[in-house]
Amino acid sequence: MIELSYLAAAVLFIVGLKRLGHPKTARSGNGLAALGMLWAVVVTLIDLGTVSWGIVIVGVVIGAVVGAVLARRVQMTSMPELVAAFNGFGGSASAFVALAETLRADPSTLSVETGITTVFSVVVGSLTLSGSFIAYGKLQGLIAGRPIGFAGTNAINLLVALTTLGVGVWATLAGTMLPYWILAGLGLALGVLAVLPIGGADMPVVISLLNSASGLAASSAGFVIGNSALIIGGALVGAAGLILSVLMSDAMNRSLANVLFSKFGGGDASGPSGDAASVKRATVEDVAIALGYADNVVVVPGYGMAVAQAQHALRDVAQSLEARGVSVTYAIHPVAGRMPGHMNVLLAEADVPYEQLLDLEESNPRFSQTDVVIVVGANDVVNPSARNDAGSPIYGMPILDVDNARTVVVIKRSLSPGFAGIDNPLFYQDNTMMLFADAKVALEGLVRAVANV
Amino acid sequence: MSEAVIAGTVVFVLASFVGFEVIAKVPPTLHTPLMSGANAISGITIVGAITAASLGSGTTASILGLLAIITATINVVGGFMVTDRMLEMFKRKPSPRSAQDEAGEA
Repeated sequence: MIELSYLAAAVLFIVGLKRLGHPKTARSGNGLAALGMLWAVVVTLIDLGTVSWGIVIVGVVIGAVVGAVLARRVQMTSMPELVAAFNGFGGSASAFVALAETLRADPSTLSVETGITTVFSVVVGSLTLSGSFIAYGKLQGLIAGRPIGFAGTNAINLLVALTTLGVGVWATLAGTMLPYWILAGLGLALGVLAVLPIGGADMPVVISLLNSASGLAASSAGFVIGNSALIIGGALVGAAGLILSVLMSDAMNRSLANVLFSKFGGGDASGPSGDAASVKRATVEDVAIALGYADNVVVVPGYGMAVAQAQHALRDVAQSLEARGVSVTYAIHPVAGRMPGHMNVLLAEADVPYEQLLDLEESNPRFSQTDVVIVVGANDVVNPSARNDAGSPIYGMPILDVDNARTVVVIKRSLSPGFAGIDNPLFYQDNTMMLFADAKVALEGLVRAVANV
Repeated sequence: MSEAVIAGTVVFVLASFVGFEVIAKVPPTLHTPLMSGANAISGITIVGAITAASLGSGTTASILGLLAIITATINVVGGFMVTDRMLEMFKRKPSPRSAQDEAGEA
């Protein structure tokens, strides 16, 4: 009976995920998945018969309060950090489950298969925990966002990985608890070593992968305790995370392996190499005039908009332009921001209708008929070097071809290059106006200036 | 291999394919809520946590079980709630509020 009950939970998860894929049904999909979770917990409690109620109640109350507070308090701009943290908690829970089960069952009685799945959940679970919190630290600015590494990083990672493999073999053969504890430590080390060398702008891939890892950890914990709900739920999440990781690395024209191991963007942030004299500095008033007399305007948001919390000010500028009859749309690059869909969430928070958000394929053919493009806190995703400089590190990455527009306005704090340390020829073009300011301050100024045009 | 492991592997492989099929064509607008909703589903390990905490004996196992329940519950409750919060914003119709109305909020 319990298996059939878990099957019902699994069906709710699958239908929920399916509905999460369409804007109109997404919210009910999330609700169905949550219902499946509640159902799985209730039937487990009934099926167990003797439950350690003290531990369960204390644990659920603490967890629910912490989770609810985090979910309610979080700023939408900090969503990538929160998802990273939740991934970490989920991964660690799977590692704890596998360890607790091994302790209970007495390691000397485990079959080789159970040993292998236990090793896997302990390592992947603890790796997800430490990797997620390193990602959290980078996103919060607690740890430098640039790739941190030193000569031989990959060699050390390989050594730790091989040691993990060796201890894993020991664990499955020895039948004692000690190697499992060591594996938890090695997993934590692997997570740190794997994520530290990855640059901030590659975070969309990292977070998707950690999402996938937390699912795989849950799935393997399901093998350890013989629970099909964990196996199915974990497999679904593993697949979802993997799809997003591949989509994100495709959007950068790089392989997953390249994102993980290449220390991309390791170069010291060198100064701008272009001729600073050819940069056209614009004032808020100049930009307001260009915008106010345009027929159509396309906004390209990037991570800088999130950092400056400028999404509301941006929406205000768009509304004042629309009030003048200017058509405003938004072009969203798949890896703009720090997690898949990051910009979409921020613009939704600011009440921008999602119909106005266009993806890369929809946007690019339109730029040649666009009067003004406003680039807010984006850099590498609009760098024409990706298209026409074969020597550039980002050559081949699909970009938004904003340089084809009649006028480009770039709102940016300085000429400093993006995460990759690559200069952006867009800034030196004749049709580019540079507005050097904090995005929020600049956009708030624009709202007033547009009203006076 | 034991039958349980074989059956588990079958379920795992089929569920992975279902996952790929269900998620492959999600529009970019929904990538963040999809990820955070999927993330909450990975909290299904809470079921394992409850089982481990209830069947285990000894202090270490109890502590591990408690930690597992706490972290899994954070994942589940926080994950579903924050996903709902995001989707609520997506659903909201664009309000005709003027720029001035919101100046104080920003």
